[in-house]
Amino acid sequence: MSNARRIAGGLIDRDQRLSFSFNGEAMSGYAGDTLASALIANDRRLVARSFKYHRPRGIFTAGSEEPNALVQLRRGSRQEPNTRATVTELFEGLEATSQNHLGSLEHDLLAVNDLLAPFLSAGFYYKTFMWPAAFWEKFYEPIIRASAGLGRLSGEADPDHYDKGFLHCDVLIIGAGPAGLSAAVAAAEAGARVILADEDFLPGGRANAETCEVDGRPAAQWAAESAARLAALSNVRLMTRTSVYGAFDHGIYGALERKTDHLEESDGRPRQVLWRIYAKRAILCAGATERPIAFSNNDRPGIMLAGAVRAYANRWATVPGSRIAVFTNNDDGWRSATDLAALGVEISAVVDTRDITPPASVAGAAIAMGSRVTDTGGRKGLKFIRLADGRRIPADCLAVSGGWNPNVHLTCHQRGRPAWRDDIAAFVPGDELPPGMIVAGAANGTLTLGATLSDGWRAGNAALASLGISPRDIPRPVADDEPAAISAFWHVRDGRARAWLDLQNDVTVKDIRLAHQEGYRAVEHLKRYTTLGMATDQGKTANVGALAIMAECTGKSIPETGTTIFRPPYTPVPIAAFAGRSRGRDFRPTRLTPSHKWSEEQGAVFVEAGQWLRAQWFPRHGETHWRESVDREVNQTRGSVGICDVTTLGKIDIQGRDAADFINNIYCNNFASLAIGKVRYGLMLREDGIAMDDGTTARLAENHFVMTTTTANAVSVFRHMEFCRQCLWPDMDVHLISATEQWAQFAVAGPNSRALLQEIVDPDCDISNEGFPYMACGEITVCGGTSARLFRISFSGELAYEIAVPARYGDALVRALMSAGERFGVTAYGTEALGVMRIEKGHAAGNEINGQTTARNLGLGRMVSKQKDCIGNVLSERSQLDREDGLALMGFRPVDRAESLTAGAHFIAARRNPATENDEGWMSSVAYSPVLGHSIGLGFIARGRDREGEVVRAVDPVRNNDVDVEIISPHFIDPEGKRLRA
Amino acid sequence: MIIEHPLLGPRDAAEFTYLGDAAMIDRPDWQSGDAIREFHDYLYLRDNPAGEHRELWFHEQGDRSWLVVTRNTTTHEITKVELARDTALASGRHR
Amino acid sequence: MNYSGFRVFWEGLTGNAGWKPAWRDPDPRAEYDIVIVGGGGHGLATAYYLAKEFGQRNIAVVEKGWIGSGNVGRNTTIVRSNYLLPGNEPFYEFSLKLWEGLEQDFNFNAMVSQRGIVNLYHSDAQRDAFARRGNAMRLAGADAVLLDQDGIRELCPFLDFDNARFPIRGGLWQPRGGTVRHDAVAWGYARGADKNGVDILQNCEVTGFQIDNGVCKGVETSRGKIRAKKVAVCVAGSSSRVMERAGMRLPIESHVLQAFVTEGLKPIIPGVITFGAGHFYVSQSDKGGLVFGGDIDGYNTYAQRGNLPVVEDVCEGGMAIMPMIGRARVLRMWGGVVDMSMDGSPFIDKTAIEGLYFNGGWCYGGFKATPASGYCYAHLIARGEPHPVAVDYRLDRFRHGAMIDEKGAGAQPNLH
Repeated sequence: MSNARRIAGGLIDRDQRLSFSFNGEAMSGYAGDTLASALIANDRRLVARSFKYHRPRGIFTAGSEEPNALVQLRRGSRQEPNTRATVTELFEGLEATSQNHLGSLEHDLLAVNDLLAPFLSAGFYYKTFMWPAAFWEKFYEPIIRASAGLGRLSGEADPDHYDKGFLHCDVLIIGAGPAGLSAAVAAAEAGARVILADEDFLPGGRANAETCEVDGRPAAQWAAESAARLAALSNVRLMTRTSVYGAFDHGIYGALERKTDHLEESDGRPRQVLWRIYAKRAILCAGATERPIAFSNNDRPGIMLAGAVRAYANRWATVPGSRIAVFTNNDDGWRSATDLAALGVEISAVVDTRDITPPASVAGAAIAMGSRVTDTGGRKGLKFIRLADGRRIPADCLAVSGGWNPNVHLTCHQRGRPAWRDDIAAFVPGDELPPGMIVAGAANGTLTLGATLSDGWRAGNAALASLGISPRDIPRPVADDEPAAISAFWHVRDGRARAWLDLQNDVTVKDIRLAHQEGYRAVEHLKRYTTLGMATDQGKTANVGALAIMAECTGKSIPETGTTIFRPPYTPVPIAAFAGRSRGRDFRPTRLTPSHKWSEEQGAVFVEAGQWLRAQWFPRHGETHWRESVDREVNQTRGSVGICDVTTLGKIDIQGRDAADFINNIYCNNFASLAIGKVRYGLMLREDGIAMDDGTTARLAENHFVMTTTTANAVSVFRHMEFCRQCLWPDMDVHLISATEQWAQFAVAGPNSRALLQEIVDPDCDISNEGFPYMACGEITVCGGTSARLFRISFSGELAYEIAVPARYGDALVRALMSAGERFGVTAYGTEALGVMRIEKGHAAGNEINGQTTARNLGLGRMVSKQKDCIGNVLSERSQLDREDGLALMGFRPVDRAESLTAGAHFIAARRNPATENDEGWMSSVAYSPVLGHSIGLGFIARGRDREGEVVRAVDPVRNNDVDVEIISPHFIDPEGKRLRA
Repeated sequence: MIIEHPLLGPRDAAEFTYLGDAAMIDRPDWQSGDAIREFHDYLYLRDNPAGEHRELWFHEQGDRSWLVVTRNTTTHEITKVELARDTALASGRHR
Repeated sequence: MNYSGFRVFWEGLTGNAGWKPAWRDPDPRAEYDIVIVGGGGHGLATAYYLAKEFGQRNIAVVEKGWIGSGNVGRNTTIVRSNYLLPGNEPFYEFSLKLWEGLEQDFNFNAMVSQRGIVNLYHSDAQRDAFARRGNAMRLAGADAVLLDQDGIRELCPFLDFDNARFPIRGGLWQPRGGTVRHDAVAWGYARGADKNGVDILQNCEVTGFQIDNGVCKGVETSRGKIRAKKVAVCVAGSSSRVMERAGMRLPIESHVLQAFVTEGLKPIIPGVITFGAGHFYVSQSDKGGLVFGGDIDGYNTYAQRGNLPVVEDVCEGGMAIMPMIGRARVLRMWGGVVDMSMDGSPFIDKTAIEGLYFNGGWCYGGFKATPASGYCYAHLIARGEPHPVAVDYRLDRFRHGAMIDEKGAGAQPNLH
């Protein structure tokens, strides 16, 4: 439990010691540590293996751009692969393990890949593994797949909760570093509603990692005070541990707030919250990311970014080596040397590619100006570096700085292209920013502290001005500007070994050159061919360097060579966070019918119908197979009476002086002549002439109609009708209300249905056959004054009614109906029996009106009135839709009545081959008919109406079924419709 | 995206259902001599511009208005939102 | 230069110095027999087959950016032939057969990986619809297996069978379906076409057509005029924009389809899985990332980016059936502009302008069609008549009511 590499100072809380383990080894750190800083403090250098060559790797950065130090965090179902140690807040009991090695981390057997490197150059796999063809899936690919990937999912359901939320603000400030804090103070003190978000748990950004001063105080102290000042304002929401991951249209920003990732247990609280932030203005203060210089063997543990080495020392009070060398092409790299030297750390060398006067003096260090690091040594951790002049200098840590890249990512999320600035040798935001976005500070290419603070202030005031808010006249934060001169330098040419660009994916300078040699020169080709920038860090430290090498190869400038497109998310976001609470049973809402509770009491089996749950059948005691229940329900209904909840049908209330005309234009059949008190079956077409939906419409009064639609199409039919009303016939006086959920509706079917209804319908309502004939409708009262609507319509082919009451009476009504029906032997029936009876009757349903069939196919061609305008009328006359030899809906029965039919079978003429060219149609619906005692089916077959009596094959290869079926009328029972009118 | 509903103010686009080109308002005359061709062109052919596009959105999770939204298909910038019924009336549509 | 394991070995020993450019970078000539507009997968495949199978020479492919920069470079890499309708199924099965021999044919390992695709069903009605489709596939000579819940459990034991809002009852499985390394398809065809003499002209944008009395005689490009006996447009995603320059309006809208990839993970998902009650499909790449997607955003757009509602909808679908992927992190999301046609099916046809051909309308499914699209387009261009498996992909099919509408959604592109 040593903290061998801990020094004094820092922003850690030494009163809170935290124990954790890495690869099972017990270690300790302090509150305020990241896993990375704690590993460094515990002198842990080798923490990971690279993707392809399985090279030993150590911590490289101190932020979310980390390419190397990915670990598997936590255990069991909370196991979290590919977690960056550099942004993982240390907590008590944290367990981390390394990933992507065979055997131990120290002795990874796959390190053999490193020896094979000459044969594993960029894109080698495109050129081999092709023979024999069958070997790919069986041999090559499994090996490649097993050695690829990094961490491992647990394979268990993620047990944590995730929430979503929506926030609105005047100004969203992304990043709480010096620029962000400065902008936030300017905007917030003037009264704007401000959200300030930062991915770190400690606001301040680089201010926490540097030794400079703001307003005469240490920068970190200034940052803490500024954050506290902002947090105290009621118009500010300060969000730490929050990554703004994407800039979407119209000022909508996506952000992920980590609520419990820094705790041992989430204790039932949401782990993360996915915010959608609606911002009138956004100020991007995302800072900059340091980039390395490529040189031979620049990937050893101990070789780190210079700014990260400095951050570990200043913020986390830990030094990743006892003898540190610095390699830089800019002044900023020198600060790492001077800061560390001031802390008493031995600096063995400062190597600067620029042949200038050293910008600082570093006691005891060899200073090599105009020089380069040409090689390094130390298999599992750096031991020495070699300079261009051949000198070998001992060092267990090399701090490398190749300059800083502004974090322009979010400026590109709406296709903006960054622009190149030679003076800082980096890309900065281009002209085309997401609307409402302002960029400030290092993200804007302003890389020194004083300038950054004033740039943030400027941005805050610019946002205010554009929102019409007056700025407050308060002093802005002030600091000096540190030296930051740079001379672009991308890679050291004098070195023979591989020089890494993309550390995680093992892309080296040689790979870029090979891509150039083979013609993959466009940036996107380069990326895709070499896998540059495709790893979990998305090449944040690698891409610009690689572009520079390609530019060198092609002889073009870097901006001419191009830049890749940055896409969301800025840092990776868990799938579960995007899903939030919409998972498991809560994936989608569940809609319940008014009789649901009653049906549950009866032990009903339920089935999904869209979002609805409907009773599928009602098993009775002793029934062991669903068919038993369904057959009984059919027999009881056809023999006496049955009741079915049909509330799920769409119901549209249509009123207005032009309601009749409107409906007449919606349905293809005539509705203008429908009398008050009557219902009619209606078929509606899409404008392309294909059948869209069917149902019934009742005329309750001169200007009042009620339409039913199928359950599946309730929403789309309503939308369509509103389109017709508002867009096509805006002058019509007609209004629509969806009343699906306002009315509970039950089918009461069977020869005793009238007798049953008479038990509950109030006596002053005449529902006799004469007073209320087939296709009558009316408003009645039931059970002593409860208003209801009654429709004499039938889907089952029996004497039948549908009765509707306000939804709140639905439960009472089903109970009243069932108890009134006891003396008739009433049965409740579910969707299965409903389906059996409609197939027996030959009614089309969703399987037949499936968006591919015409009225003519359905045998309803004559319904399409040619005397009026209606949707779909004109285009239904196109030649291919109006073919004499087209498909027709027919009935089918097995020649051998003992055989079962299957829906989805295709029809093949007798003695023909089952092949596409002989395909004549398909079976759309089947049922076992308890009335007929055999299997029956509905289906579409070419020229069906001319082929009654013909025997064809119903072939169903996926279920190994091939049945000879006879083509017959689709109306299996009561084709004359006598029962309906009884 | 955010749609500035003429009656309800700014609403998230997720509340809406999209149909397509606002030319769908201009339904041809069913009695025209060349009705099949006119309906074909109306229903199937699209300008599909890269730039300003007038299009129909239905406020399904809201007040059920159909809106004509003028939106740029390359930037997604919305410059105008009207009630489709007003647009249809202004263009002289009637039953 | 032929690619082989031996060659990789030899080059490895000799410093990889001998590798040659995969394709040349020629200057445009003044005239070609055939100019293909669009250097995406379909355009490059067309050029390859024209040269290799149809004996055509003197061909150029003109591409406004870099080859493969369209949807062949931004898709979810799935290949399958699980189609229902007779206008489609034989075409896609032809395509799958071409995939199966492609790598040896063009000597480039595109990692055609036939690990299977399964479409889950959640109700009896869905099962029967899949049976109808599976049978259509079998009748066309493709493979299809209807699995019940036990079969799915065996194939994908990690799915949520116990707590799903829409219980998983089974699935339609096509064992020969799978994935292909998408960029490699463009590169393989480009290299193969180049080897057969095709000029691939990158950074060469077509700005207009030379049309004389109803006859197309060439194209105007950012690199000058190029005369051609035949001009074949193949620019899905930009079809309307390009064909407008020839004065044509198309039955096509441009929409954005988003796709997603997670950080690399050790193998956990066997093949391609498609959720039947939500909008979600997923596979795992050879590098370990989960590659997944769902519905199109649903509004006309030419911007290659989408918005959050669909991102969330897709991830909800994923968590609904496989909550074990919850802790996998989305690394990158992107959008591709797709040609949504009026019936969800594509076009491979001549136009009313002599010498001008059109290929487009691939909706979100063009990648799997790449070999057959190229082959059939080449057939049409070279022979003047459609290939037998592509006869129904006519531009004028809506005039006659001959829609090829797999979903039955009608003339509303965003519903397909």
